[in-house]
Amino acid sequence: MSAKTLYDKLWDSHLVQQRDDGSALIYIDLQLLHEVTSPQAFEGLRLAGRKPWRVSSSLATPDHNVPTTKTERMSGVDGIEDPVSKIQVTTLDDNCNEFGITEFNMKDIRQGIVHVVGPEQGATLPGMTVVCGDSHTSTHGAFGALAHGIGTSEVEHVLATQCLVQKKSRNMLVRVDGELSPWVSAKDVVLAIIGAIGTAGGTGFAIEFGGTGIQSLSMEGRMTVCNMAIEAGARVGLIAVDDTTIDYVKGRPYAPKGEQWDMAVAAWKDLVSDKDAKFEEVVVIKAEDIKPQVTWGTSPEMVIAIDEAIPHAEDQKDPVKKEGYARAWKYMGLEGKTTLADITLDRVFIGSCTNSRIEDLRIAAQVVKGRKVASTLKQAIVVPGSGLVKAQAEKEGLHTIFEEAGLEWREPGCSMCLAMNADKLGAGEHCASTSNRNFEGRQGFGGRTHLVSPAMAAAAAIAGNFVDVNELVKH
Amino acid sequence: MRPFTKHSGLAAPLDLANVDTDMIIPKQFLKSIKRTGFGKNLFDELRYEDEGQPDQECDGRPIREDFVLNQARYQGASVLLARQNFGCGSSREHAPWALDDYGFRSIIAPSFADIFYNNCFKNGLLPIVLHPDEVDQLFSEVALREGAEIVVDLENQTVTSPSGAQFEFVVDNFRKHCLLNGLDDIGLTLQQDAAIRRYEERRMQEAPWLFLSREQ
Repeated sequence: MSAKTLYDKLWDSHLVQQRDDGSALIYIDLQLLHEVTSPQAFEGLRLAGRKPWRVSSSLATPDHNVPTTKTERMSGVDGIEDPVSKIQVTTLDDNCNEFGITEFNMKDIRQGIVHVVGPEQGATLPGMTVVCGDSHTSTHGAFGALAHGIGTSEVEHVLATQCLVQKKSRNMLVRVDGELSPWVSAKDVVLAIIGAIGTAGGTGFAIEFGGTGIQSLSMEGRMTVCNMAIEAGARVGLIAVDDTTIDYVKGRPYAPKGEQWDMAVAAWKDLVSDKDAKFEEVVVIKAEDIKPQVTWGTSPEMVIAIDEAIPHAEDQKDPVKKEGYARAWKYMGLEGKTTLADITLDRVFIGSCTNSRIEDLRIAAQVVKGRKVASTLKQAIVVPGSGLVKAQAEKEGLHTIFEEAGLEWREPGCSMCLAMNADKLGAGEHCASTSNRNFEGRQGFGGRTHLVSPAMAAAAAIAGNFVDVNELVKH
Repeated sequence: MRPFTKHSGLAAPLDLANVDTDMIIPKQFLKSIKRTGFGKNLFDELRYEDEGQPDQECDGRPIREDFVLNQARYQGASVLLARQNFGCGSSREHAPWALDDYGFRSIIAPSFADIFYNNCFKNGLLPIVLHPDEVDQLFSEVALREGAEIVVDLENQTVTSPSGAQFEFVVDNFRKHCLLNGLDDIGLTLQQDAAIRRYEERRMQEAPWLFLSREQ
């Protein structure tokens, strides 16, 4: 038998039926549901008189629309001021009740961002196929699971058939060799990767992230890397299973127990690419070369290290890039600015499915501890990824550190990552954000997003502009 | 699903690379629980000067005159000419829903983002990948003459330019079959229910922990 990549193994173990034209029927083990991309899928089921194939394979929680202020959250769904958002969240509750799907609703402490909740509960397990109507489903690939975002029609398809019609992707390996420098995190690694291969660099590929620079990351860090695989164009991001993976999963509420645990662990040990497995593309990045990253433009690939000058459109050879850069310069209001430090920030957002887990909050707290947020900032908010992350952070006293420094401590949800709730940027405002997309208008109409790590966002909150976190913590 | 066989229509050129799903349909419009009605907010931030709101009437809103879909000559366009990596970003199916609701039947570009490309087929919208030079030629020809139409023939997998030049494109057989016949994907998959059950039975032996019931 020929050597297989991790992706090949996951694909083969979920293959229900291969079709002649290269497409295949793939079995889905876990579907995560949220309020934005599921209502039309449930409606489709109802109209066709269909039932979910296997309800226990689904797990739901509202996240995109939920308010994050204490006052709005006190009374659950009824507290949502925006009537349109309220309908969407209520619709999820109703659909889950009607079809018998487990849901962590707004009053449940386990509620949170789907991509934080799944792993936290042990619902996401190594070797699974995981889908969700959200492109950042690639997050779950950190567990050696085949996970990717799907559209609403496919959400309905999975509900009704437990399968998806898929075409196999090609294999790409991104290897990060060496050791990361102090204060350089998983976010900097993935931004540097996107900077190197571009936002379409991974299109058509499943990317496996490997090398010592990846293996040394915690599960939280690995989730951050896989989360942004989609920002490199790859629907799937993967990391091989090792002891770090297994230790994280052990004892979680939905993880297997007893004899089944032992059986599962034995199977999970094989969730690595074979030694001589073939990848169609291999990209190698030196960990030591990665410095704290900041995006300057309107695409995640428009990213530079903190000490680099902002690149100019005129210096670009490729005409498409030149035009894109010119448009981004204009949108981001960069005229007359040469470095990232020249950008005065208006807001700071620490949160999102990329960076709202406990480790992210610990790092941010470490940076702001004993310091004060710059007086020039309009707002700095910290939004934990789930009710349980929030509880853990409060147990450790992180919320006090944030509040004493002048950051707001919020309730869990997607929040300012995509501004579907009340948390958003005003036109022209610059935001240091730990989220995943800096597209035009993403965080609010006319808003200007700069993607950074939690440590860099925290440092920016203190300084009021971008600084190397290494410099800030020296003083 | 509405079948797609052959379509001849006015082409609108959107000369911008990396058009993301937030541009196609901004997030405030994703709060709808319906599949329809997104057309008036397609490309909302590129199309209008102000920030659009869900349920807002769009007729009186200030428009960006230079945006392609606001130009008189492109009114009624049903084929969208686009640049590389069209549809990157989110998995929101609201993007193809908005394009479809506006009246587009086909999008032609040198490349598409994976999830968006996939979502189009589920909605009777045909995304076509052509060589960058061929896309360039279509852009030039469409600019040259007002009212220029492009013919998209799915059966024969060809695109015919306004001047009559013909380009071939590739499409998976299964997707083509579904689109030509307007077939419901789910119904087709359910015909394979025996195979799905066989898979499940085998898997329950191999990996029983994947089938645990979830306590509330």
